[in-house]
Amino acid sequence: METAKLTAKDFASTLPVKWCPGCGDFAILNQIQKTMAGMGLPHEKYAVISGIGCSSRFPYYVNTYGFHSIHGRACAVASGVKLSNPELAVWVVTGDGDGLSIGGNHMLHTIRRNIGLKVVLFNNRIYAMTKGQASPTTLQGAKTKSTPMGVIDYPFNPTRFAAGLDCTFVARGIDTDMAGNAMILERAAKHKGTAFVEILQKCVPFTDKEFDYLKDPATKEDLILRIEHGKPLVFGKNKEKGIVFRNFKAEIIEFKPGAVPAEVAIYDETNADMAYLVSGLEGPEFPIPVGVFRVEEKTPFEALYYEQVAAIGDTKENELETLLTGPDAWEVK
Amino acid sequence: MNKSSSKKQIKVNALDSITIRFAGDSGDGIQLVGHQFADAAAIAGNDLSTLPDYPSEVRSPAGSLGGVSGFQLTFGDESVMTPGTRPNVLIAMNPAALIVNIKNIDKGSIIIANSDAFTPAALEKAGYSSNPLEDGTLSNYRLLSVPVNTLTENTLKDSGLTKAQVLKCKNFYILGIMYWMYDLPVEPTSEWIKVKFKKTPELAKANQLVLAAGYAYSEATEMFDARFQVKKSPVVPGKYRNLTGNEAAAYALITAAKLLKRKLFYGSYPITPATEILQTLAKHKANDVVIYQAEDEIAAVCSSIGAAFAGCLASTGTSGPGLSLKAEALGLAVIAELPLVVVNVQRGGPSTGLPTKTEQSDLMQAIYGRHGESPLVVLAASSPADCFTTTLEGARIAVKYMTPVIVLTNAYLSNGSEPFRIPKLKELPRFDIPKMPAPESFKPYSRDPETLARPWAYAGLKGYEHRVGGLEKADGTGNVSHDPENHELMSKLRAEKIARVVAEIPPTKVYGESEGELLVLGWGSTFGAITQAVNEAKKTGLKVSSAHVKHMNPLPPDLGTIMRRFRKILVPEENFGQFRMMLRAAYAVEPIGLNKMQGQALNSDEVLAKITEIMRGN
Repeated sequence: METAKLTAKDFASTLPVKWCPGCGDFAILNQIQKTMAGMGLPHEKYAVISGIGCSSRFPYYVNTYGFHSIHGRACAVASGVKLSNPELAVWVVTGDGDGLSIGGNHMLHTIRRNIGLKVVLFNNRIYAMTKGQASPTTLQGAKTKSTPMGVIDYPFNPTRFAAGLDCTFVARGIDTDMAGNAMILERAAKHKGTAFVEILQKCVPFTDKEFDYLKDPATKEDLILRIEHGKPLVFGKNKEKGIVFRNFKAEIIEFKPGAVPAEVAIYDETNADMAYLVSGLEGPEFPIPVGVFRVEEKTPFEALYYEQVAAIGDTKENELETLLTGPDAWEVK
Repeated sequence: MNKSSSKKQIKVNALDSITIRFAGDSGDGIQLVGHQFADAAAIAGNDLSTLPDYPSEVRSPAGSLGGVSGFQLTFGDESVMTPGTRPNVLIAMNPAALIVNIKNIDKGSIIIANSDAFTPAALEKAGYSSNPLEDGTLSNYRLLSVPVNTLTENTLKDSGLTKAQVLKCKNFYILGIMYWMYDLPVEPTSEWIKVKFKKTPELAKANQLVLAAGYAYSEATEMFDARFQVKKSPVVPGKYRNLTGNEAAAYALITAAKLLKRKLFYGSYPITPATEILQTLAKHKANDVVIYQAEDEIAAVCSSIGAAFAGCLASTGTSGPGLSLKAEALGLAVIAELPLVVVNVQRGGPSTGLPTKTEQSDLMQAIYGRHGESPLVVLAASSPADCFTTTLEGARIAVKYMTPVIVLTNAYLSNGSEPFRIPKLKELPRFDIPKMPAPESFKPYSRDPETLARPWAYAGLKGYEHRVGGLEKADGTGNVSHDPENHELMSKLRAEKIARVVAEIPPTKVYGESEGELLVLGWGSTFGAITQAVNEAKKTGLKVSSAHVKHMNPLPPDLGTIMRRFRKILVPEENFGQFRMMLRAAYAVEPIGLNKMQGQALNSDEVLAKITEIMRGN
């Protein structure tokens, strides 16, 4: 394996990046290039697979093997790549429409198999490439071009979707939170099995203000819950609020900064039920939780596959002639 | 034991070929018995052709007409081309099996019935008002009424098995009878039973006993006044095995990957009648075979496209509804110019249609069923064993031209079997892939000047990192391009690449005179029926020739010249004239159609009748 130190620049392709100025995707692209450079794997060992949508342009901008496939099918194409050659680091870049609407079936079966894909879902809560229709994550009541009277569909919460499927790595980040995303993406990159990362991302033309409240210094600390393994679930400008669970129901309590009551839940990323409960916290009553929700070491699909093959061992039928002859051939002279 | 040791003087009749139909409830083990009989006949040196015919429900209600499962085979000398039209022998395990099949049995033929199953309730369920075994309605047939249940129970009375276990063995009793009648060895089946039931030796022993008892019963009883020796087939020397079309396709895929020295990847979703390909491959995972049972048909083809991108010999298999679902992804494989083998086992359509029945009605869909100008290669197999040759050829073309290839088989070929001569390694074709340029001069969409194929730089290869996708490619670099002229150029290049596959097509063989009054032109699974019909027509003095097409897209370059040498062209096919329409469009000819849409294969009688009608000028 190549050991030469690579930088994010080495992972930038020569093609001009064609996202709208100000798009949240730029920051994510940057961060993923940095993450890849930090893994010690050479370019050719990466495959970046996408479907269709703004986010799915991603492979063109990364100097690795890339496949811009068809709408919704990135996970299916990527599963074929990973199973064919488990040595490759296979990243899937998808969006809320691509990954959870047309590609929902592939997403859930990817997670079920725990195949080693790093799935990064850019959630801008809109179909942007087709210019502004409601997606499966668009909030109820939102007026879009396809819902002039407001969305009536109940939206998906992608992180909770993954947690609910017992995905072995679940995380959520915010496009502009470089430090947070660096940590999340690095851990995702190192995870064996399916890593599902939702990144809340604004779309300048259609959902420009969507996540502003999470970025405004005046409000964000009250609206974001940064979860961390082994740490209490506290938030607020002065860390004066915390989440407690009473009868499996979350409640917010307030306390003196620094005096976190024992009752405040200590986050445990190895606890599947906690991941499900906490990923379900949503505004306006609750802050939006971000960070790593769930990590479980569970043998990935591709490892199970090749373990099974190895267990068969060397058989005579590896010779083509023996294989074709089979057990029941007869000779005609 | 097979070598005639009959103590009585029993007439042995020599026959060119014989057609037998086993029929019973779908839970009666009919398919198993049929396959065993076919193997025994093949081992004895006969040529043969089989046709399983089973209901699409796993288990229909016992004794119901809808639940009748059949297995027909013809075996004999080299003239055997099809599983036969009208059975000479019907084995009816119950009244429903008799009533469903009797219309296809000529007077004078043999009917062997399990009389124990002809109970008042079963007769009523089948729609008989009286017992046909006793009321004389079958007096024009050679009826052999055998109490199979009773005989089986007597054989196993000391076995300690339950009654249900005992009765499950009864199909081997029938098989024993049939082996005696046709002078076939019981040993291969006896061996097979031993292996199959190795975990339950008591059942193995019971089945072997029943098999031997059926054979002995036939020898001892005076019920049968004749046994038959069927002429052997003077086949090409070599090793043989019996393969169904689906098994043949599966082995061809493994062979192709070995010849290419790559892993085989087969992404698939279960679908009748293609599932056996997946199941056959699943047994050979140790052989660099990666099988992936995907969540749906779309994931099956997309995972295969991913595997091709990662350098495997990628393949998928399906049937009509699945081919529809795969259409968009096949377009992706066309524009990404990745090799992919798609085995499409045609069945009756549209929609769910007739899942277990045969048809040839996906030809147009295979060639044209994608949006945009989306050319790919289509081949069609002509017999169960030819599924091997055709699938192997499909894989060879796929990697040489960097293109998806659809191999059309159908339910008739996929479930049917025939002896397959195991090829010697040196007889297998060479697999070439486009030459790889050095990394410095690599362009993803540069082309081989001869084949127009692009280089196969697969993920993981150092120095060839690049991006592909479904958006239009710029000539050479493969970068995204919306340039109008480039789009036309690339569309032409993709079409021209497929057109150049004609270089792979051998001259079309014309069977019979090379010119004349009538050419019967077929494709795919109708080969046997057409050849047999043309043979028979010639025997009656009719001057008729035939030719068969395997390369459906592009078509053989000599086809136009051949057709022009005949005054009339007859195109028999199991659809409403899809190949005929293609011929009209490509060559401005006016063929006559013989079209059948019954979920059943065209048979030689039907083709012969049409030939006769045309030649007699009716």
